[in-house]
Amino acid sequence: MTATTMPFAAPTALPSEWRDYFALTKPRVMSLVVFTGLCGLLAAPGHINPVLGFTAVLCIAIGAGGAGALNQWWEADLDARMKRTAQRPVPQGRMPRSNARDFGVALAVASVLLMGLAVNTLAAAILAVSILYYAVVYTIWLKPRTPQNIVIGGGAGAFPPLIGWVAVTGHITLMPVLLFAIIFMWTPPHFWALALFVKSDYAKAGVPMMPVVKGEASTRRQILAYAVILFLVGLAPWWVGGAGAIYGVAALILSGVFVALCFPVALRRAEEGDRMKPEKRLFAYSVLYLFALFTALVADRLILGPGLAA
Amino acid sequence: MTPEEQEALKRARRGRNVALGLLLLGVIVLFYAITLVKFGHH
Repeated sequence: MTATTMPFAAPTALPSEWRDYFALTKPRVMSLVVFTGLCGLLAAPGHINPVLGFTAVLCIAIGAGGAGALNQWWEADLDARMKRTAQRPVPQGRMPRSNARDFGVALAVASVLLMGLAVNTLAAAILAVSILYYAVVYTIWLKPRTPQNIVIGGGAGAFPPLIGWVAVTGHITLMPVLLFAIIFMWTPPHFWALALFVKSDYAKAGVPMMPVVKGEASTRRQILAYAVILFLVGLAPWWVGGAGAIYGVAALILSGVFVALCFPVALRRAEEGDRMKPEKRLFAYSVLYLFALFTALVADRLILGPGLAA
Repeated sequence: MTPEEQEALKRARRGRNVALGLLLLGVIVLFYAITLVKFGHH
């Protein structure tokens, strides 16, 4: 179904408030994006003026908000079929669909222009790529077509620390690429844990999530496989000398717990009326994991100084 | 449109206008600060 034939282009029933526009930016997703972007910026070697640093993080946030609005413009019909997303402004009829699109484009363009003018061109270019990656590659192209949607689409969420880092240094080195890889490998177990306990919702909406297409057993095995890769990638900044002992020890413990929590998820099968406790626990921990790991990275940088291979 | 709906519409519009006004103010302050930093370098 194309955007123009979807049923939510109908006249709106209720006037939209500023809160509806705020909701379009997916504020909860944005908090993780802002946090990892800020950590990339703080962990990078070198100095950035605080005003420009603030502007860089603001641009990452606005860009993510724009991508979120474009996602809600495109997926209005899908959102209406899922309990978790049915309350969003467009499926609720609180604003015309085209408003979400226009708002998204405006935010995306403004964020890239501001990043380019105030910070640097490379950071602006990566920000533009990340927005297009999320809005086009993930939302429009992959999500409705392949159960690998989360794996490849996870790249969109992996950009913020890279952008934050490049905002300071002006060039791409191994360390920001490793930070990108950490979030890239973290995304599949994080989302599939969620998909396991909201499986029926995704199935109803016709989204080819891994548990729906390949089955639960395969998804559970893949969660563990990605967690093991994440364990190795998480330690890589320490191994290559880009981060010190504070980060190394934190990564070892945090990633170890992550893998440990994946084992019960990988080895079990959901029974009828299962409350999916191990999956919910893994999902909750995965969010904490990312916050804690990036906090350790910044603490390491601030206390021990920049790594040798940063 | 009922008086209640009209009132809701008015309230929503006022809220949006205030939010937009604050946003514009924020942009002005930000651009002012960025300009000071950029000129400070030269």
